[in-house]
Amino acid sequence: MTILTVILKPLSKRREPEGKNREDADPRKKQRWIVLTLAAVLLFLACIYGLVTGSVSISLSEVWSAMIDKENALHAQIVYDLRLPRVLTGLLVGASLAVAGALLQGVMRNPLADPGIVGVSAGAGLVAVVMMILFPAYLYLLPFGAFIGALLAALLIYVLAAAGGSRSPYKIILSGIAVNSLLGAAMTAVMVLYSDRVQAVLPWLAGGLSGRSWPHFSMILPYASIGLLLSAFAVRHANLLLLGDEVAKLLGHHVQRSRLFLIILSAFLAGAAASVAGLIGFVGLVVPHISRMLVGNDYKFLLPVSALGGAFLVVFADTAARSWFDPIELPVGILLSFLGAPFFLYLLHKGGMKVGK
Amino acid sequence: MGNEVVLTAEQLALYRSPSFSIDEVTFELLKGDIVSIVGANGSGKSTVLRLLTKLIDPDSGCVLLDGRQIAEMSRKVIAQKLTMLPQVHDHHIDLTVYDLIKHGRNPYLKWYETTDEGDRQAIDFAVSATNLEQLKYRPLHSLSGGERQRAWIAMSLAQTPEILLLDEPTTYLDISHQLEVMELIRRLNKENGITIVMILHDLNQAAKYSHRLIAMKNGTIVRQGTPGEMFNKEFFKEVFEIDATIYHDEETPFFIPRSSLLKQRSEKKAVAGEKIISGG
Repeated sequence: MTILTVILKPLSKRREPEGKNREDADPRKKQRWIVLTLAAVLLFLACIYGLVTGSVSISLSEVWSAMIDKENALHAQIVYDLRLPRVLTGLLVGASLAVAGALLQGVMRNPLADPGIVGVSAGAGLVAVVMMILFPAYLYLLPFGAFIGALLAALLIYVLAAAGGSRSPYKIILSGIAVNSLLGAAMTAVMVLYSDRVQAVLPWLAGGLSGRSWPHFSMILPYASIGLLLSAFAVRHANLLLLGDEVAKLLGHHVQRSRLFLIILSAFLAGAAASVAGLIGFVGLVVPHISRMLVGNDYKFLLPVSALGGAFLVVFADTAARSWFDPIELPVGILLSFLGAPFFLYLLHKGGMKVGK
Repeated sequence: MGNEVVLTAEQLALYRSPSFSIDEVTFELLKGDIVSIVGANGSGKSTVLRLLTKLIDPDSGCVLLDGRQIAEMSRKVIAQKLTMLPQVHDHHIDLTVYDLIKHGRNPYLKWYETTDEGDRQAIDFAVSATNLEQLKYRPLHSLSGGERQRAWIAMSLAQTPEILLLDEPTTYLDISHQLEVMELIRRLNKENGITIVMILHDLNQAAKYSHRLIAMKNGTIVRQGTPGEMFNKEFFKEVFEIDATIYHDEETPFFIPRSSLLKQRSEKKAVAGEKIISGG
């Protein structure tokens, strides 16, 4: 009997619209937690997939023993030196890109605001290319340089869009596209001018995690973790901006100040991702979109779901990119575009795309 | 109604363009007042509310809230005492009623804080004052226009303001929901002592629910007084350019519009124009 009541209790609770606990009574809350849990499980599975898959197949138990006991020296080396750092780097890159995209879409009030589309990544890319070609001695500063580039690009877009009065979503996206092509052209110009040294840049530019190892992981770790932690404080700010500038101001909010905070945070994350993985598109666009369709516009759920989803997508796609076409290893950026573009069109076609304003 | 002045507009002026400016807007708001601002489209009513809430800064003049200049107060401090319900276009807002109302606590939170138990009391008060208990976990976009308006009013109430400004709170609502909102506003004024300033287009409602009316034309205040003092033929002619007949329902005056004087005048103008053209 007691077992029955325990099982039936949650069922009967669901039928009451007015639950005792106010948090339970919001019907969407449950769905949001399910999505969040599911995203975490998917990410975990993708990490395992990344560790066991490759030109040398290593079973799960072998992975375990390789990491704990380091029994099989070769396997331990493959798992610990090659696959694990790559999976972890991909995880941080994906999470950073997706959160950067979600934040940017909130600030710019435009669903197309992806770091790769509006030129924030191009800003990071330009500075990174200049540093790699002209100042290779300072490569350890690459994430910081990329951050500065991304930040300047974001601020430039913002200032350009503000010129002449209102900052409409259209103006923001158009100035972003202009900034993107300008910075892209500058990047190409630098590479043409120093074509003899461009070899060093090419693998980075293709956007991928090939050959990324512990040094890259430790390069991105501080930046990504600071950025992702700070994004927890961005939730209320981003949610208030969704109400519109006027309402946010009437609620006592410093709209410009919190916009600036979100832009800096987004540039920080996009720069961190670009500094180790080059220019990877679509993650910042597609992941927040799908997350929004699943959990809605509330950044309290949108940001964590995007972070987990972005991490999952990059880790999974990177593993696929290096194993599916064996012996060729595709850059993950290219695979993501191949997967992302049709999927995005499918979403548009289905009309299920909610405009995140 | 006491005699304590809670909000003062002093010589407010704003020059936007030759065709639109605010000039010489001066009035005092007493604690516990319900004041309606009336006037034709483009007469500057909404702009005055925006000046009062610091959404726009005036070119000259100032607004005093409890004797302090709002230009020198932070938005947070202002938002704890004074707020406005703007005309809301909320089709894209994907929130439950409760989450929307929770935003009303923002003026009391530091940048890293979230709502706690103390805030819940204010939120619960806002929910019950607007009768939204049954609807509080519904998504905003699933509600009717009147229910949505109540939800936005509840968000403003969660700010526990002393003064609430409302920009056309009944627009787009059918008559029964209009009355529901007006009764709610009156109740908030009576039971919770909230001072109200609102823009209304329905002048009969303005007369019925307000203690005082402020009439605006071409960016300035042309008349102010109680509905009884204001409602007469000249008022409607001057402010709205209509011919109206005034009646009384017990103490409350109401009017029935007869004809627009605007049309006659423009016809006259057109005739005059033709004369000039043919004459020239």
